[in-house]
Amino acid sequence: MAELSYTSRREIDQYGFHPAVTLLAPLACILLQAVLPRVVPRLAILDLPLIATIFFAVARRNPIAGAVTGTFIGLVQDGLTSHPFGVNGIAKALLGYAAASLGYAVDMDNILNRAMLLFSFSLVQSLLLYTITRWLLGDIVRLHPLHELLAALANMVVGIPVFYLLDRFKTRD
Amino acid sequence: MDSFLGRFKNPLVLIAIVLTQVISLAIQVQGPAQSFTGTGHADSATVTLLRRWTVAIFTPVEMLLHGSGTHVRGFWANYVDLRHARERDAQLQQEIARLRMEQAASVEDAAQGRRLQQLLDFKQKYIATTVAAQVIGTSGSERSRVVYIDKGSADGLKPEQAVITPDGIVGKLRDVFPHTAQVLLISDQSSGAGVILESTRIRGILRGTDTGQVQIDNLTADSRIQPGETVVTSGGDMVFPRGIPVGTIESIAPDPLHQPYTAITIRPAASLARLEEVLVITGTQSTLPASAQQDLSIAQSTAEEQKRAADLVAERLPSLHDTTPSPDAKPGAPADAATAPAADPNAAPPRPRPVLHPDRYSPGSTPSADELTPGKPTTTIAAPVQRSPSATRPAQPEPAKAVPPRPATTPPDR
Repeated sequence: MAELSYTSRREIDQYGFHPAVTLLAPLACILLQAVLPRVVPRLAILDLPLIATIFFAVARRNPIAGAVTGTFIGLVQDGLTSHPFGVNGIAKALLGYAAASLGYAVDMDNILNRAMLLFSFSLVQSLLLYTITRWLLGDIVRLHPLHELLAALANMVVGIPVFYLLDRFKTRD
Repeated sequence: MDSFLGRFKNPLVLIAIVLTQVISLAIQVQGPAQSFTGTGHADSATVTLLRRWTVAIFTPVEMLLHGSGTHVRGFWANYVDLRHARERDAQLQQEIARLRMEQAASVEDAAQGRRLQQLLDFKQKYIATTVAAQVIGTSGSERSRVVYIDKGSADGLKPEQAVITPDGIVGKLRDVFPHTAQVLLISDQSSGAGVILESTRIRGILRGTDTGQVQIDNLTADSRIQPGETVVTSGGDMVFPRGIPVGTIESIAPDPLHQPYTAITIRPAASLARLEEVLVITGTQSTLPASAQQDLSIAQSTAEEQKRAADLVAERLPSLHDTTPSPDAKPGAPADAATAPAADPNAAPPRPRPVLHPDRYSPGSTPSADELTPGKPTTTIAAPVQRSPSATRPAQPEPAKAVPPRPATTPPDR
């Protein structure tokens, strides 16, 4: 990571959001995720709800809030799929928790840190989803490393501007 | 204790959240066993309620977005971008005419097939009623291949109904809500369908894969199965009526996960990634629908017209297989040898008819070999011999004999 500091006031600040933003921004990401692949099928490789999960977890820097936000986003995402409720819920709860914990230690306003976080968390989510689908649901699935790398790259590329867009709605606690 | 909880509050909360979801997942997975048509069955009542709430949040916005997009596209396509509309219309008219001809050509086979089915007491299911629907959204996940349509139980839709396009099958209804429905695509890993290979008549079960491909994975290696073969529904799954196109075989490879079976990858006939409009089959019947019967009667009348026209043309055009005796033929004599080659295998081969204006290339103009002198050029153009066709005529060549050509006013001999 580019910086590792516990002394900067800016870094240990927790950001807050207007309740409408807290609710509508993740929903908008889920909606776009549902609508865009119909227009451009290749955009199904993206995971906008994951980007929203990471953003809110990192901005709040509260692991419980991160886990709850991840659970909420994941469960809503599950509601639109044919999977049982909990597949994305578990994965995003763990990721939200981890992202919030990491937000304490690392300066997440740095673009490089954001890019690395998005890339690595996208890969971790793929592993988590594989584990849940394979071992909890018992489905026969295979890992496709190249596809997951491409998905991580796409999430990183799209996630950085989305982070900057959502930065505008931050309010300092 | 308080200090423990205070110290490990965050991980404990996380464990509680995850554990709750794992337990709920386990409860949801305890559903019916995998059926012929896959595991894509509808949810339990509680899960359906949760899903209904989720869908109720998003589908109105999706419908709004879809409706506005459709209006913009419709305005552009119907009022602005009308270039080549007349040419396209003419092309379509030609296409309809061509298809009518093709339909008329196959109408006899179809009628015979139906008669045989009746003889065998075969219960054929025809599509009776369908509901057209627009695709308004997707699941948003690559791991779950479902789409949402803008019609629901209020329009008469029910779970497990087949969803098709004019090109081929799409999937089946999974969850049906009042004004929307979730369609499980055939490319989803939990879907399944009974299929049959069109030419080899081998039956198989179609399944989706985790990568969104469509495969038949219950067949062992068979040299008769070749890429390019068409796959249609078998009707055995009780979801899709028999004979609807599924796709064509794209590749055949050993399945590493299910040995000794092969993974026969199908290229779906319907474009599953770019679905716009679909048809939900809401009813089937054992007789042909009224519209199909009307089409059939049109095809039958077209076929009869074609047959009459063909007979008329055959009557007016000269034919090698002439059945009318020549005016030169003797009354009571057998017809031309060409007309009955099968009846008398020893008959002479067919001979060409006399020409009106003979030249040196005309049959019979070459003198007999007995009359030719080696080294002497032949300058005389002999008129062809006018022969009277007879099946009993000997096969040896006749001597050249000048016969005046027939007058030009002679009507065509047929």
